Amino acid sequence: MVSKQNINVALIGNPNVGKTSVFNQLTGLNQQVGNYPGITVEKKIGFCKLPNNIKANILDLPGTYSLNASSIDENVVIELLLNKNDKLYPDVALVVTDVENLKRNLLLFTQIKDLEIPTILVINMADRMKFKGITLDIPYLEEHLKTKIALISSRKGYGIDELKKLIVSYRTISSEPCLNASVIDPDYFNSLRKAFPNQLLYKLWLVITQDVNFLNLERNEIRSSFTKSHSDLKRLQQKETIKRYQFINDVLKVGLKIDSSVARDYRSRLDRVLTHKVWGYVIFFLILFVIFQSIFEWSKIPMDFIDTSFASLSTLAAEGLPAGVLTNLISQGIIPGIGGILIFIPQIAFLFMFISILEESGYMSRVVFLMDKIMRKFGLSGKSVVPLISGTACAIPAIMATRNIENWKERLITILVTPFTTCSARLPVYAIIIALVIPDNRIFGFLNMQGMTLMLLYLLGFGMAIFSAYILNKILKIKGKTYFVVEMPNYKLPLFKNVGINVIEKTKAFIYGAGKIILAISIVLWFLASYGPGEKFNNAEKIVVENTKQNPLPEDEFENAVASQKLENSYIGIMGKAIEPAISPLGYDWKIGIAIISSFAAREVFVGTLATIYSVGGSDNEVTIKNKMAAEINPVTGEKIFNFASGISLLLFYAFAMQCASTLAVTKKETNSWKWPAGQLIFMSGFAYVVALLAYQILK
Amino acid sequence: MQTTIHSLKKGEQAIIKDFDIDTVPLKLLEMGCLPGNLVELLQIAPFGDPLYLNINGSYVAIRVETAKEIEVEIIKTNLW
Repeated sequence: MVSKQNINVALIGNPNVGKTSVFNQLTGLNQQVGNYPGITVEKKIGFCKLPNNIKANILDLPGTYSLNASSIDENVVIELLLNKNDKLYPDVALVVTDVENLKRNLLLFTQIKDLEIPTILVINMADRMKFKGITLDIPYLEEHLKTKIALISSRKGYGIDELKKLIVSYRTISSEPCLNASVIDPDYFNSLRKAFPNQLLYKLWLVITQDVNFLNLERNEIRSSFTKSHSDLKRLQQKETIKRYQFINDVLKVGLKIDSSVARDYRSRLDRVLTHKVWGYVIFFLILFVIFQSIFEWSKIPMDFIDTSFASLSTLAAEGLPAGVLTNLISQGIIPGIGGILIFIPQIAFLFMFISILEESGYMSRVVFLMDKIMRKFGLSGKSVVPLISGTACAIPAIMATRNIENWKERLITILVTPFTTCSARLPVYAIIIALVIPDNRIFGFLNMQGMTLMLLYLLGFGMAIFSAYILNKILKIKGKTYFVVEMPNYKLPLFKNVGINVIEKTKAFIYGAGKIILAISIVLWFLASYGPGEKFNNAEKIVVENTKQNPLPEDEFENAVASQKLENSYIGIMGKAIEPAISPLGYDWKIGIAIISSFAAREVFVGTLATIYSVGGSDNEVTIKNKMAAEINPVTGEKIFNFASGISLLLFYAFAMQCASTLAVTKKETNSWKWPAGQLIFMSGFAYVVALLAYQILK
Repeated sequence: MQTTIHSLKKGEQAIIKDFDIDTVPLKLLEMGCLPGNLVELLQIAPFGDPLYLNINGSYVAIRVETAKEIEVEIIKTNLW
């Protein structure tokens, strides 16, 4: 819990300085991830025990290069630091810097100091100093930067205890600015100071130059009398930046020494290969290939294990509990529903692991660099690669990750096409259908055909995203300044702890988020499938007896016949039958139809829905969901329901259809209009229908 | 034609002289792209764009259209 007695500590820093590792070191798994009210910026708070029985709330703010915000993530930082009444307003700020990029990182530090908050300078990655020939004069730096310095290595875990001690003594840390930036235009700033004597000068300046919420009345007042043209303001900001760098250069001239004869560098050697005009692409493709093969191969065993465990749990519940409606709900509704979501933990965890490794290592930026020119042909930016790749986990964070795309048109197109990439919610659907209709053979002895099919589906998703971007680029008429600045961070070995925490947090969020929906839907479905109106449902047994008078069925077949008679005439059966004409040309029966409809809440509901429907209506011989699906027969044609043609048709439908309410909501939020999510829904789902229809009609 | 970052060859270093404040993003200035600072062209992406630079110790990539706006003076020619 966030407690008032705890010290509030804000972690601030540029991207790629290891801020998250510091956060993880301080808090361990003691974290809460949420959202800032009204916006979808991730808010990470952790708790930390300090010496002398003192506790601290650690707030991990989004990475920012300066206090001149250019995205809503960065706005969050400024708004918190400008609002003394916020309950998370820091008692002490930790500015995390990378010892190799100290010069640039200190720019933000000098700005934070101007806000007159006690500030500790955390110099991270100190383990690299020897390797890079860097020596620091800590007392000199502390004196001139008016701060206390914690020299740490969040990777190796040293310096953390000293940092904790410094946090405890925050009251003794200076909150004085370390330079006077107002000399860039003394007349202007003097009159500003006179007009608002009670306000901090730097705060006023931020309010004038930034688009942030700050006590609205005052902001208008400040702006009306002290506004300048956009160009003039930018010129002043440039002067301010130069002034700050002059100060930093002067301090570092004495405080930082680099012996370049000692420094060794593998950056340029790695860059030469990884951004090579041939090898760069080959390596990128190979990495993707390995990722998708392993997601399928490695998760097989744990997935089968979870599947069979839940099936036997279901049987156990059915046999062990007293017979009745409640037992049916548990054994046929809730347990298969939960099993239907837990089964995807292995695949989702592997996916998040790979994405996290790509980002942590610094490789993702090279991909951005490598792909920018190509992506621009399609109206996208090199930075669109990150959303498109992380879209393979989930479109929602991926759409949020478009925020660092500077050009609005490129950003909008990226948002619109990202849902085509194969997200982890599609994975369950793909996995089970591939397992049913694609033979488990190997080509050339090592290429798993099921894995290849999965990879093809991923490529199809990317291909479709790129193709629609190309079309959108031709249609949309939006002009905007295009610029593109991307930092190329140092290569780093991904830290096990960071990757692990990331995987756990993300997987947990997925399970809870999706789990709630799936659980609710499977309970509703179970009711709809277990009850029905009228004669046909209530007298199912009689009707079956009537129909089979000529040649009576053996007992177990009789029971199955009764069960399916009931299911067909239950509420859900009636609903399913109503939509059957629309989906039977695609090769689906009404049960799949119900699963597709419930998928519009979230795709992964598909498998759970089928699991629930089949448990209610099917035989007890088949225990796992997969086997139940494999055993389904079309009563009219006598063919399997999940055959090659209907399987491919389903795969294509799920590849293209927009079936995720949360994605539509986040698109609305990020584009600030219902027009774009509505377009996504209609275009994507319509296209999916047509393609699935063609596929089934050609293949059947 | 004036010399800009776009005219650099791979491995060449230059001093930033001047640029039009309205066309160069503030973010780049904060990365250290300021008059008087050193810039080195490290890599050119396949198809000639973007450019991978070391500006005043910061490693950044920018597009050619931005690079063309930043006037420089070459100080060290690559010996290769």
